[in-house]
Amino acid sequence: MAEIRLAIEIAGLNLRNPVMNAAGILGLTADLLRRVYEEGAGAVVTKSIGLKPRMGHPNPTVAIVEGGLINAMGLPNPGVEYFLGELEKLKAGGIPVVASFFGETLDEFVEVASRLSEAGVDALELNCSCPNVEGVGILGSDPGAVKRVTEAVKGCVDKPLFVKLSPNVSDITEIARAAERGGADGLTAVNTLRAIALSIEARRPILSNVTGGLSGPALKPVALRCVWEIYEAVEIPIIGCGGITTWRDAVEYLLAGASALQVGTAIMTRGLRVFREINMGLRNYLEENGFREVSELVGLAHES
Amino acid sequence: MSDWRMRAEAHRAVRILRVVEEAEGVSTLYFGDALCRKAQPGQFIMVWPPGAEEVPMSLSTIGGESSITVKAVGPTSRRLTSLGEGDLIMIRGPFGRGFTLMGEKPLLVAGGTGVAPIKPLVEEMLSRGLKPTLILGARTKDRLLFLNRLRRLLGSKLHIATDDGSLGFSGPASKYAERLLDEGCFDAVYACGPEAMMAALYRAAERRGLPIQVSLERYMKCAIGLCGSCAIGPYRVCRDGPVFNGEMLRRVLDEFGRRRLDPSGRSTPLEE
Repeated sequence: MAEIRLAIEIAGLNLRNPVMNAAGILGLTADLLRRVYEEGAGAVVTKSIGLKPRMGHPNPTVAIVEGGLINAMGLPNPGVEYFLGELEKLKAGGIPVVASFFGETLDEFVEVASRLSEAGVDALELNCSCPNVEGVGILGSDPGAVKRVTEAVKGCVDKPLFVKLSPNVSDITEIARAAERGGADGLTAVNTLRAIALSIEARRPILSNVTGGLSGPALKPVALRCVWEIYEAVEIPIIGCGGITTWRDAVEYLLAGASALQVGTAIMTRGLRVFREINMGLRNYLEENGFREVSELVGLAHES
Repeated sequence: MSDWRMRAEAHRAVRILRVVEEAEGVSTLYFGDALCRKAQPGQFIMVWPPGAEEVPMSLSTIGGESSITVKAVGPTSRRLTSLGEGDLIMIRGPFGRGFTLMGEKPLLVAGGTGVAPIKPLVEEMLSRGLKPTLILGARTKDRLLFLNRLRRLLGSKLHIATDDGSLGFSGPASKYAERLLDEGCFDAVYACGPEAMMAALYRAAERRGLPIQVSLERYMKCAIGLCGSCAIGPYRVCRDGPVFNGEMLRRVLDEFGRRRLDPSGRSTPLEE
């Protein structure tokens, strides 16, 4: 019987399996990301890194709602200068690293990307879709701006560049095509969906930022639809993200057109074992259905 | 998918049943909550007085009623200590791994408000037939928390240490603990208090080959193991802790008692 392979290739990256942590999840230190890798992730994604340190929003920064979680962390990060030290520690362990980054201006995006790239990360993920920081999320809903920032970053770095898209747009394919025209090597779909949680007893919003981004199972059907539409609109590969909790979710994303996957909120409900659980389930699904590689599933549902 | 709003991670409103002032600027706020009732000693909750920030607090009473014990140091803790009967707070939790019982004759050491999770631990140990000894430490005798309650529970097995010598042993609780460890036949050590105190006790326990558990505190955002802001080494204080055993502490010796992450994720020296 042929051997089942979980290994994938995406935008030139060779990974031992398709499951990563989502940006913002545990990506603050090298030690935590090393643990994510040891728990079975195929690559690790850093917190979104900016030019300067940011404390993020005051607590409460998370609120549970039916089927999901709303968060407004406010892009806390230690700044690129400091984070280079964490990357050095991570790279010493030979772990594939995708560095998520953001800027408040085009120049900042370019500067942060260049410095992360020089630090030897394996790929970059451009965050132009954070719903909780003014300016950063707005950028992601403007196709012209997405194309410009993608072009500018691609002009200065030689690493694979993924652009992480926002679901908070009326036509996500328009943004996806803009990123592709700007030279993106792949797309991550999607960031969180703008949402709000209220307390009827306190009679006020729970999050200090008032609104936040919805993640978890409640986001999944929306994110899956985004992946489906993007797959039909562009040629570059997609990393699916949004509510993936089980191997069944993972298979759905692959069938919809994702080549790799990111997991966040499920770490709350399943724990860090979620990486192994999804990979094991994926392997069984491939075996039981006569497939040998993950790539054979990608976009398969579009052929029916 | 089960009902997410019923999960321990979800916010819920509770009314304060009563407030007991334990010392100047230190109050215990009692409330009722079905999930906190079933907590383990050492677990914590996130407490949000609407209008202020949400902060992690150890449960200082576990049983029919629950409580947190708050020292007024910043805007949120000052808000909490100003609350009274009937006032509303939002809570979520309990979170993390609490203390696990080990040994027959454990030595417990509590410094300052660090006694909060130690008090329910003492009660749990007594109810299971263990014979705990507690060193209750504080700067002065006026700042010894739960003194009467602990004296009733422990009798002669309660020892006092004050920095100024106003009651009991004069000097740090950790120093007194070393003396007791050499005299007594303790088979386990538990501690909660200033991290320098816990680090000293960790070294004392390691030298004597005794198992130890300590409860750590770090800046925290999500409290549900996702954001990483409370990282110490490969661990999340909110989910893998807050109680750390000797094996875990051995992996974080460059940070334990020395460094912490600030809210932006930069490692900074620990100051207490």
